[in-house]
Amino acid sequence: MASHVKIRLASERVNHSVPTNRELPRFYTPGEVVTGMEDFMRGHGTYASDDCLKASVAGVMQKVNKLICVRPLKNRYVGEIGDVVVGRVLEVQQRRWKVETNSRLDSVLQLSSVNLPGGELRRRSAEDEQMMRKHLQEGDLISAEVQSVFSDGSLSLHTRSLKYGKLSQGILMKVFPSLIKRRKNHFHNLPCGISVIIGNNGFIWISPPEQNNLVEEEKDEIVNVEVQCISRSDRGTMARVRNCIAALVASKMLLDDTSIMFAYEESLKYDNVKELLDPEAMLDVAFLTQHRINNVMEE
Amino acid sequence: MSSDFNVKRPGLELLSSQGLRLDGRRPNELRRIQCKLGVFTQPDGSAYIEQGNTKVLAAVYGPHQASKSKSLQDSVVINCQYSMATFSTGERKKRSGGRKSEAISMQLTQAITTAIKKELYPRSQIDVYLEVLQADGGAYSASVNAATLALIDAGIPMKAYLCSCTASIAWKDGKPEPLVDVSHVEESAGGSVLTVSSLPSINSVAWVDMSQRLHADYLSVVMKRAMQGCRDIEVILDKAVREHLGESWTMSDDAVAI
Repeated sequence: MASHVKIRLASERVNHSVPTNRELPRFYTPGEVVTGMEDFMRGHGTYASDDCLKASVAGVMQKVNKLICVRPLKNRYVGEIGDVVVGRVLEVQQRRWKVETNSRLDSVLQLSSVNLPGGELRRRSAEDEQMMRKHLQEGDLISAEVQSVFSDGSLSLHTRSLKYGKLSQGILMKVFPSLIKRRKNHFHNLPCGISVIIGNNGFIWISPPEQNNLVEEEKDEIVNVEVQCISRSDRGTMARVRNCIAALVASKMLLDDTSIMFAYEESLKYDNVKELLDPEAMLDVAFLTQHRINNVMEE
Repeated sequence: MSSDFNVKRPGLELLSSQGLRLDGRRPNELRRIQCKLGVFTQPDGSAYIEQGNTKVLAAVYGPHQASKSKSLQDSVVINCQYSMATFSTGERKKRSGGRKSEAISMQLTQAITTAIKKELYPRSQIDVYLEVLQADGGAYSASVNAATLALIDAGIPMKAYLCSCTASIAWKDGKPEPLVDVSHVEESAGGSVLTVSSLPSINSVAWVDMSQRLHADYLSVVMKRAMQGCRDIEVILDKAVREHLGESWTMSDDAVAI
């Protein structure tokens, strides 16, 4: 079987950084003094010692009035109320599910914060508790919203909207959360006919468009969406979107619907989707996307 | 000097008459350090370091939920696993695991625990995996340095850089001369090797180990040299971290403007 494998020397690796004309910010590294203690507040990524505020992570300083934070390049997802997340069910417990959301502690989805068949005001009986595994079982992927943050930092999720719920067919991509741009909407139907959920936690769900229609028909239920055949062209488009996101991530570019769509359009010059896995092609797509974003921003 | 003298002082032949070491370094000179952050995409943080011919890969996963049996209410659990590749030493090893690796894993856990701000992640766990690809002396030190870089890459809060360096003693014209960053040849020549892991910028020592007996009179000079080595390594690591940030910080700075 002829396969397409490229092995190259470490010295010939492609540098994925896309040149920008912006100048680099001042970086702080662990143990470095950020400022004296005089009326500043200690935020994330900093600690107080010897009457100084020192950085505890490597990154840039952010100052909001008197609060000083140091933000690292990448870290685990720190949830905020209202964030859209994509997660994987780890465990079914008493009246709740444990969900993996790339956070530093597992998130919780209470039985009381999901929509069950029969409408909003339905009482949750013991039978519902026994039926939990029918709704969501270990390994299922869900989209959800952050309902609240517990004192230890773990998240409580809810799926009380038709938008959220179990995800059936599609591709999951994991990127680091700081690459996700916060937007009003994280559910996108791209013009290329693919729907994308850009979770704030860095999990991106790429799915064929039909799924959305199905969810609407079934109204407030999380039941198994019937597994259906997806056409070859749809699969090709999904794979292309995935590879475009991978290209943007390799060049550390922010992800939102615009950047993904630009990357998709730029990638169309490569006929074969798998060509996009070459580092040169990835860099090319990222570079052209960056160029278009710059043009849009100037206008 | 009599041959009798030679036997008593095993480090004698480590310095040439010009005061250079077997690999041509001066006594206070480190081996060349090359490092790279973010070598893997799967873990939260990763790093690769070369100290001369000693090569180590590090990967950090976490912080993530700790298992119920291990989890601590008020601090993070650090799980460190050190292993040496079968091909890492001159003579091929039969198996990579073993009691020695376990002992080093424990020592690494101790050193790393002192540097991390543990109280920030209650009920969580951080896994640090270290793989020595080539061991040419100071594998433990290189592992600590690699772990520091990988933890920084993962964005885990630390008090300061945790750096580690070895030092030994040699004799020149009958006077003691401490050697920094000991290579395998110098290690096996029989002198005792002092390994120090420290946080140079806050002047604190995380962990010290001595491979053999050393006369108490010489301890302070050897210790001083090892600490100086740690400070030198900190400068090199800091430079590598800044370079890495500069390369990677292309787009994400949009979010900074609040």
